[in-house]
Amino acid sequence: MATTEQGDSSAGAGSLSPGGAGSPEVVDPLLALALADHELRTAGTMAVSAGRIRREQLRLLVRSKTFLVGAAILVFWIVCAIFGGLFRPYNPLAQNLLATNQAPSAAHWFGTDNLGRDVASRVIMGSRQILVVAPVASLLGTILGTALGLLQGYYRGALDSLTGRVVDAFLALPIVIVAFLFIVAAGPSVATLIVVIGFAFGIVISRTVRTAVLQERELDYIAAARLRGEGAVHTMFVEILPNVAGPIIVEFTVRLGYAVFTVATLSFLGFGIQPPTPDWGADIAATYSYLSAGYWWETLFPALAIASLITAINLVGDAIESVIIQ
Amino acid sequence: MASYLLKRVGLALLTLVLLSVIVFLAGRVLPGNPGRAVLGHTASAQAVAAFNHKLGLDRPLAVQYWSWVTGLLQGNLGTSYQYQAPVGQFLWPAALKSLKLAAVAFVIVVPLSILGGVVAALRRGRAVDRVISTTGLSLSTVPEFVSGIVLIVIFAIELKVLPPTANPPPGSGFGTQLRYLILPAFPLVFILFGYIARMARAGTVEALESDYVRTATLKGLPGRTVVLRHVLRNSLLPTITVIATQTGYLIGGLVVTETLFNYPGMGRLIFNAAQNKDFPMLEAGVLMIGVVYLVATLVADVAYTVLNPRLRLQGAE
Repeated sequence: MATTEQGDSSAGAGSLSPGGAGSPEVVDPLLALALADHELRTAGTMAVSAGRIRREQLRLLVRSKTFLVGAAILVFWIVCAIFGGLFRPYNPLAQNLLATNQAPSAAHWFGTDNLGRDVASRVIMGSRQILVVAPVASLLGTILGTALGLLQGYYRGALDSLTGRVVDAFLALPIVIVAFLFIVAAGPSVATLIVVIGFAFGIVISRTVRTAVLQERELDYIAAARLRGEGAVHTMFVEILPNVAGPIIVEFTVRLGYAVFTVATLSFLGFGIQPPTPDWGADIAATYSYLSAGYWWETLFPALAIASLITAINLVGDAIESVIIQ
Repeated sequence: MASYLLKRVGLALLTLVLLSVIVFLAGRVLPGNPGRAVLGHTASAQAVAAFNHKLGLDRPLAVQYWSWVTGLLQGNLGTSYQYQAPVGQFLWPAALKSLKLAAVAFVIVVPLSILGGVVAALRRGRAVDRVISTTGLSLSTVPEFVSGIVLIVIFAIELKVLPPTANPPPGSGFGTQLRYLILPAFPLVFILFGYIARMARAGTVEALESDYVRTATLKGLPGRTVVLRHVLRNSLLPTITVIATQTGYLIGGLVVTETLFNYPGMGRLIFNAAQNKDFPMLEAGVLMIGVVYLVATLVADVAYTVLNPRLRLQGAE
């Protein structure tokens, strides 16, 4: 509905302002013809593109190599998170104190840790918590940030400057530190982790959304909506929101990568997912002191798991971003 | 120009006040009852009340905030719960340690990333550009403890060329200290490289496409002179701002690197305070990070204005 309106209005703008075509500056009739033709064609594609945009973009995505590689790794980890319990070789919590710190072998592909637990099983099952916390936190952050950014950009004035200063104050601190402060106060749990990361991301995302909204609200279709007598809520969520969806989607994918980064870091520091639940960051924290003894497999495989998941999310995010920009 | 500076400093001060309120609320209000949070569930009600009373935590919030802020302004950072000693005694030496590590990271990353960004821009669209941009981007998205571990495995355990911790034997000279800080600095270098290089590349591309560079080329100046005298000067301006904003980020990274390499800096201090629910230490540490960030961005903004003739003239009018 809103997109068709925009399509119409741009098409209208196109036919109203062929500028050069009839104006005295253009003397060459051929050039005038070319210009008029160009106007017509852009108007045409704009009207069509509104309906086709999704399928077209999907086709571009599927054709992109970056997207396919990233999606493949991502799907692998999602399968591990959901069905890992069916194919993990051992129980990730089962200790075997007679076989601690075993190097990788046929029986234990990634070796065993300091409690004799199978590292491969823990890496497979370690995907579960982070793949719940990171997306939910990013989603929460995107919703909060979008709401705040829309309000700031739409109302501007006192509300914008007041909340803007608070946002500034939060931005003066690295996210890990903000998370520290609030997780220590509230006590570490999966729920705290989601709320704290979501809140911190919401603040960052509000900046992007606000900037986009400030640009949008100067455009004709907003003036038109206002003349039609549409209310503020309708204008913000039905008129503006669909048109700033691009930057918001990009911001979500970027944040998702950072969410994995932040959750892993906080778990490594002991403020995230708590042992003995299999988790990459927490497992690294538990085993890295054995590195100097030469037991590298206990730490390296979870580390590679984190790196591969973040890289996958970024590859997918990059592909989506370039498709949206096109 | 003067009015701009005044406005900018005023804004930074306002942000700082808000930040102190946020830190205060997070440290005193969110935990509910600080005495209970510190002493645990097993402590008696009297012990909790006595703890709160002794530290003045049973006073109204506004009074507590005021005495905390006035204390800070007089250089009194509070008393650590866990050590029962002034926070400043621990904070300043830790800050100095972190400064050393951060300095090593900056000395490595700034020239490296600017060079990378400029080279990528001069060869834009080609293989070199792709390699630099992709490497930078992927390195900057991997958490510090992950890259740190890979580095330890390769350089400290397999090749044995660098020590796996950051702490040199006591009394060692500058060179040895530096050698111990190289490995801990690299996870930070990895994260920062991508951001700074991307900014330097964008700035250089913009400068390369500008009219004055075309004029300089057309008037027959050799390529090297054009790049050194006309391109670099203009392309590095936005890079300064990015470097300053990354200082804040850097301190977040320090928490992780210092823990991994067992280095007693600010990051470890904050981590330690958080682990032990030492709220005065945590508050002072976090606030100090905020101050460092605000000062760094302020300096960058001012430097940007002073270095950019267009903004300078605007202010003079």
